[in-house]
Amino acid sequence: MNKDITQKLGFICLSLCALITVFFLGTLIYFIVVRGAGAISWQFLTDVPRKFMTQGGVAPAIVGTFYLTLGSIMIALPLGLACAVYLCEYSPKSVVVNIIRISINNLAGVPSVVFGLFGMAVFVKFLGFGVSILSGCLTLAIMVLPSIISASQESLMAVPQSYREASLALGATQWYTIKKIVVPSALPGILTGVILSVGRVAGETAPILFTAGTFYMRGYPKSIFSEVMALPYHIYALMTEGAHPVAQTKIAYGCALILLILVLTVSTLAIFIRQKQRSMS
Amino acid sequence: MDEKVRMEIKNMNFYYGTKQALCDINIQVYRNRVTAIIGPSGCGKSTLIRLLNRMNDLIPHARIEGEVLLDGHNIYGPDEDVVDVRRKIGMVFQKPNPFPKSIFENVAYGLRVNGIKDRQYIRRKVEKSIKDAALWGEVKDRLNDSALALSGGQQQRLCIARALAVEPEVLLMDEPASALDPTSTSKIEELIQELKKRYTIIIVTHNMQQAARISDYTAFLMLGQMVEYDLTPKIFTNPAKKVTEDYITGRFG
Ligand SMILES: Nc1ncnc2c1ncn2[C@@H]1O[C@H](COP(=O)(O)OP(=O)(O)OP(=O)(O)O)[C@@H](O)[C@H]1O
Ligand SMILES: [Mg+2]
Repeated sequence: MNKDITQKLGFICLSLCALITVFFLGTLIYFIVVRGAGAISWQFLTDVPRKFMTQGGVAPAIVGTFYLTLGSIMIALPLGLACAVYLCEYSPKSVVVNIIRISINNLAGVPSVVFGLFGMAVFVKFLGFGVSILSGCLTLAIMVLPSIISASQESLMAVPQSYREASLALGATQWYTIKKIVVPSALPGILTGVILSVGRVAGETAPILFTAGTFYMRGYPKSIFSEVMALPYHIYALMTEGAHPVAQTKIAYGCALILLILVLTVSTLAIFIRQKQRSMS
Repeated sequence: MDEKVRMEIKNMNFYYGTKQALCDINIQVYRNRVTAIIGPSGCGKSTLIRLLNRMNDLIPHARIEGEVLLDGHNIYGPDEDVVDVRRKIGMVFQKPNPFPKSIFENVAYGLRVNGIKDRQYIRRKVEKSIKDAALWGEVKDRLNDSALALSGGQQQRLCIARALAVEPEVLLMDEPASALDPTSTSKIEELIQELKKRYTIIIVTHNMQQAARISDYTAFLMLGQMVEYDLTPKIFTNPAKKVTEDYITGRFG
């Protein structure tokens, strides 16, 4: 009897907590949609900003976010995958490897604004890339490297040892085994990690604040050494600068809605891939 | 019988870290014969058979003493290429372990590993290997389907086909039928009889009847020691040691 009540109470508590989470996500989406939907139009998506950003569109920011995301993943994926393969498949269990592992975990905990400062000091100033797409991509790449490495590591470790043994027993070298069996088998898991990182990169402001972002552009970036507009940074700029707060706020919510849709689409895709992968094994 | 030695294990000791798993093993494996390794669980059968194609190289902190000769040549010699050794000595594992690829690609894998590009040749070789593994009739219409969709017994025969495709000189089998039903098991046993005409086979089994049925020689292992090694009929009808008799008659835990 007594047990029964405790169990029921526990259950109610848990479902309440779960509901609160859903409630927060729901209100957040509702809020952004209600405030942002009015701003969205064909012109908003395809035009450049006009009249001190009170009119026109945010196309350069969308394009910029696209470049920064694509660029940083193109840098971080090969690097992160190589690192994970080294750690999982080659490295003997040694002190050096432990140091690498601890470094990766610590890197994951560094606040994004610190990456921004680092990117400014190293890529913008020291290497002379200036405030540019390149500097921004490199900074973002370093920021997501740890999550790409750990996602890759997890997927590589989930590849059954029996696959490796079967390949080696046929006279394959370790490198051939990794190339043809291990990495292809781990690919769905690695892709999930990458897609989650895409969401993260697309939404971050701090790392590009000093390395890539610009407040206002009339056109589109010309090369990897150009500054870019990006959606999160644009929202920040609209809310903190300029002389037309009312008009700017409306546009900021429009940007927020686009960003939200982008990020949610990407993470839904990740969930979808993961589920498909699960049902296969 | 006029027997030719194909492989020879000489004064073999093996350690997992500080734990000794095999003590002073000596076995001669004869060409075109089936050699069975029997013994209670944990006695070191898998450890022994994995030493014969250097699969234990993958285990950290493992240490080996002694020699394993293939046609008089130490496969643990300083100039020996481990990849080369494994190409010559094929292995079928206890649990069927096809790659998550098509049936065709599973068998073709070993050929591609060897750098063979000729499609015609690969096609012929794949077909022949699957036929040799007595699987052709069941899969010939669906070579491009995933190998994971096959039954356990079919998967194991596919793994045998995969091993045969690279034409090894010796075939190692670690309890190849332990996860299979009686029908699949008898298919694989028939297959082994057929294969020994062309290959030298070493098979681990914990099934006494199976060892008696299919092998020419039997080695009995216990606690990492080789208790007795002789012709199979001798081991099963007139063993030299009391422990062997107790074990094969099942009077032993
Ligand atoms: N990787 C390993 N590290 C440490 N000890 C091991 C390892 N693999 C096996 N052993 C130990 O070595 C001994 C022999 O193991 P092995 O797997 O060779 O036995 P087996 O005769 O094949 O047994 P089974 O019939 O159950 O397959 C066992 O005591 C086992 O616990
Ligand atoms: Mg075993």
